[in-house]
Amino acid sequence: MNKPSLLLDVKDLRVFFYNDNKEELHAVDGVTFQVYCGETVALVGESGCGKSVTSLALLRLIDSNGRITGGEITFAGINLLHLSKKQMQGIRGKDISMIFQEPSTALNPVFTIGDQIMETIILHQHVNQKEARDIAEGMLKIAGIPDPGKRLLEYPHELSGGMKQRAMIAMALSCRPKLLIADEPTTSLDVTIQAQILELIRDLQQKLNMAVILITHDLGIVADMANRIIVMYAGKIVEEGNRQDIFKDPSHPYTIGLLRSIPRLDIHQEKLSSIPGMVPDPVHFPSGCRFRNRCPLADPLCQQEPSSALISDHHFVYCHHWKRKAELQAESFTNE
Amino acid sequence: MNESVLLKTKHLTKFFPVKTGVFRRTSGWVKAVDDVSFQVYPGETFGIVGESGCGKSTLGMTILRLIEPTSGSVFFEDRDVTTLSSSQLLRFRKNIQMIFQDPFSSLNPRMRVGSIIGEGMTVHGVGARSNREFIVRTLLEKVGLQADSFDRYPHEFSGGQRQRIGIARALAISPKLIIADEAVSALDVSIRSQIINLMADLKTEFQLTYLFISHDLSVVKHLCDRIMVMYLGKTMEITTREILFCRPLHPYTVSLISAVPVPDPDYHINRILLLGDVPSPVHPPSGCRFHTRCPVTRKKCETDEPLLIEQEPFHFVACHYPGTLAISVPLILTSDSTL
Repeated sequence: MNKPSLLLDVKDLRVFFYNDNKEELHAVDGVTFQVYCGETVALVGESGCGKSVTSLALLRLIDSNGRITGGEITFAGINLLHLSKKQMQGIRGKDISMIFQEPSTALNPVFTIGDQIMETIILHQHVNQKEARDIAEGMLKIAGIPDPGKRLLEYPHELSGGMKQRAMIAMALSCRPKLLIADEPTTSLDVTIQAQILELIRDLQQKLNMAVILITHDLGIVADMANRIIVMYAGKIVEEGNRQDIFKDPSHPYTIGLLRSIPRLDIHQEKLSSIPGMVPDPVHFPSGCRFRNRCPLADPLCQQEPSSALISDHHFVYCHHWKRKAELQAESFTNE
Repeated sequence: MNESVLLKTKHLTKFFPVKTGVFRRTSGWVKAVDDVSFQVYPGETFGIVGESGCGKSTLGMTILRLIEPTSGSVFFEDRDVTTLSSSQLLRFRKNIQMIFQDPFSSLNPRMRVGSIIGEGMTVHGVGARSNREFIVRTLLEKVGLQADSFDRYPHEFSGGQRQRIGIARALAISPKLIIADEAVSALDVSIRSQIINLMADLKTEFQLTYLFISHDLSVVKHLCDRIMVMYLGKTMEITTREILFCRPLHPYTVSLISAVPVPDPDYHINRILLLGDVPSPVHPPSGCRFHTRCPVTRKKCETDEPLLIEQEPFHFVACHYPGTLAISVPLILTSDSTL
């Protein structure tokens, strides 16, 4: 099989926010990763780890209190950080689209579903109103919405949560983007609806041959959907690997702790492991390895920033002590 | 299982009126909880699971009469809760405490943590006044918070710590039953497991009984001894954890289990994709409420409502054709394989 071509290359991305006290919050601090055409990459981590900020930075949608302070985002050979606002608008919704967690707040309540989908189509494709309407109707149909002609005329409040998410997907995919960023696309949905939406994303990804960056905290969804997984903690990548690497041979103490702390349907667990303590405050991240104050393997060496260690092809870990991972017995995580 | 029953509901029903027009005339009813009967035995963790809108939270509130039931009764230690006067009700509530989902809105931001936890003791006259501070400080330690938390305000704590405060508050008046409504749903993975473990430890230490309401099947499976599955206000299946996950008989339960994502790339279950959305509880489908989405529905399901029948010992199912849909992968519940 040919190696798929590189679509997105993020190098040493840094996004800092400033709070009311003018303190710097290093929300994303030196993140490097690649996305190849057609694959699904999952960004995984807990709240505050920088996964959503990373995805917003890709579209240059960072709020005014934050700034992309360094790095490069190269998409299809173009550095997005060098584009003008107008050029960037030409990329958003056309080459890179995004779907959000909360479909009810992401859709505009005062416009019909049809208006909102057609807006994207008219903006990016040289078509008239009628053609745009046909494309929109076709997209709703592809997204599995029954009776799409009627739904085009409806407002978001007339649709259920699952239907709204389908409408968002229809909107995001209406210009056949090369990259779809899905930020917690099913977190607000029920589990049976979640299964429908994930199936839809997978199906459309194959049909349109697009790459997907899936942002989620749910490792179950990751195991189901992702080809490659990037685990983030406190604004940094701690481990990256393909699906088998991360689930069968997790090597960063954080990844190991995270996987062990999930209650699981498929196996029996007498007691869950848990990672002691909590995610540090972004104003006062520890120096060196940011996980060290919760890590059972931490020692003075961890005050220095760990560099990436290559475990196997495409499997990286940022930890001084990953070779000692066998010492991480389940108990070492439980005592608080 | 004919030991004493701690909590029992009988045909418990809660309909909310739907009001429309200028005169707010009642034009219909939301059938949030419709004829639900179950029993909770002392010392067990009873789980109620279902998707949003299935009535599980309303059910929890109705038991405490935070919402008045439309009909049916709730028995706590053989006393009918639904007939209590308001002063009796206040005293009765000492027996049952609640832990809520959102640790941010369920704590009064203007009260210090010590007062939040101690308030219940004052209201119910638990312990000598001089002793209460000591009890609160002991509880803080038990739930894993530092003793100096006593004089601090809720905003100084993270989500997980606030949930610990909520748990300490529930424990303060030594209730016999704790209703936990989505108590761990708002928490991050690593914090969630801390709270789950804490709840399990406290249950042993204080000999508690939990009514654990959740939408998350994995958490319910981990914590609960017996589980009730609800759909659109109705009970679909009630049984022990082992039976529910190894031999579910209701097609809804089977679909629900098959839809849960499992963090193992080698885990392959025959995923049953349910079509469509949950229907509106204002106009629930006739017959079996699940028939519009059921993969194995037949003619009878559209007209006749199935009764909750004991299909095998301790296994109650409300389905005309139980067992027609089976899960392809048996889930391991007994052996001790860990990661």
